[in-house]
Amino acid sequence: MSAVPSIRIEGLRYEAGGRTIIDGLDLVLPGRGITAIIGPNGAGKSVTLRLIDGLLRPQAGTIRIGEGEDVRRAFVFQRPTLIRASAARNVAVALAPLGLTRAERKDRVEAALRRVGLFDRADDPALKLSGGEQQRLALARAWATRPGLLLLDEPTASLDPAATERMERLVAEMAGEGIAIILVSHNLGQVARLAQEVVVLAAGRVVEQGAIRQILSQPHSPEAKAYIRGEYEWVSTAAAS
Amino acid sequence: MLQTVSEALTLLGTLDQDVVAIAALSLRVSASAVLVAALVGIPLGALVALAEWPGRQVLVTLLNAAMGLPPVIIGLILYLMLSRSGPLGSLGLLFTPTAMIAAQAVLVTPLVAALARQTIADANASLGEQLRSLRLSLAQRVLVLIYDVRFSLVTIVLAAFGRAISEIGAVLVVGGNIAGHTRTMTTAISLETQKGDLALALAFGLVLMGLVVAVNATAAMLKSFALRAYG
Repeated sequence: MSAVPSIRIEGLRYEAGGRTIIDGLDLVLPGRGITAIIGPNGAGKSVTLRLIDGLLRPQAGTIRIGEGEDVRRAFVFQRPTLIRASAARNVAVALAPLGLTRAERKDRVEAALRRVGLFDRADDPALKLSGGEQQRLALARAWATRPGLLLLDEPTASLDPAATERMERLVAEMAGEGIAIILVSHNLGQVARLAQEVVVLAAGRVVEQGAIRQILSQPHSPEAKAYIRGEYEWVSTAAAS
Repeated sequence: MLQTVSEALTLLGTLDQDVVAIAALSLRVSASAVLVAALVGIPLGALVALAEWPGRQVLVTLLNAAMGLPPVIIGLILYLMLSRSGPLGSLGLLFTPTAMIAAQAVLVTPLVAALARQTIADANASLGEQLRSLRLSLAQRVLVLIYDVRFSLVTIVLAAFGRAISEIGAVLVVGGNIAGHTRTMTTAISLETQKGDLALALAFGLVLMGLVVAVNATAAMLKSFALRAYG
């Protein structure tokens, strides 16, 4: 697909605890579709996502999202991070800073719960939902804010295959609605199913970036080869058996 | 001893007016003090848990240390402030229930604040990043976290009530144990024991123990309800 380069990262550096985690990162990400960030543990994937969201502040470098307009970002973490309240209230919390009327908030909560198939569980305690339902609720909470950019940090890492499949379908649909999505995942099968563009990080730097098929089948850099061949062959073998 | 117990139960059974009045004053003083402590201590605990400023750790240490302040020392400090020559002497509050409420509020506010801080800090460790990502203001994050841990906070407030109603040092010093005016269950138990009216002392003791047991049972039931209802 023709990507609009609308997330520009230049010279990004982030250090914590005396360790350099992101080391002069330069990256241009498409402003639509699903882009996956992959790489070994400690590569800086989750930190990059947090830097894009604004949860962390870089020591150097810039991140520009869009062409100067205020692009709303939403984050779904690996764990659902819900409050001890009903499913509906968990979504409503996300709308608090948006200055909506009570009726608008109610409509948005309902629409978000319907969007992820949890409308009939609106009044149920969020912490009593299954793991898959909790993560769908976290996705609904993010979607309810009408983000232009959705950041997903291993959102299916702790889910069973059925719950993972349902989450993947929702994520693909949301991308189809025009929300730009950046997905961090170790599940290369999932990356192959969802993403159009892939960025490979290693030791806080981009080692490779390109279209999904090309990166997964013909990685050029030694780091990408080591990471992808190792895990992707396992996924392929498992899928074939 | 059995006779003393029997007399104490008779006093309770006949709802002796003095016993009822003293129990009511104790409840009013401690409940008011705990209300003040909750209104001050919970937001204070939340702010210390969330806000980042230099010297925050010093405040945490002070709050934790203040939990262990002896009630009689708090009573003494408040006595010095409220006595005729003290800075608040003109208010004329010494030996009044208001002074007793103030003393117990000072006693249990650090307890509420320190325990609330720990509880809210724990909740913030798991939810804080998500709430910041939702762009909630500091005040909104405080409210959401307080809501999230509301059942634990009620347990903390009930524990503070247990500490307030069973203390004697602070209310004795600033209240003066004046019959019909500032006498509470704990000061009455002490006085009646010294006078040798053990039945009356025991009657107060039974009411006090009943209250403490009721408060603990309420806390346990609330926790069990919260776990069943909200996970």
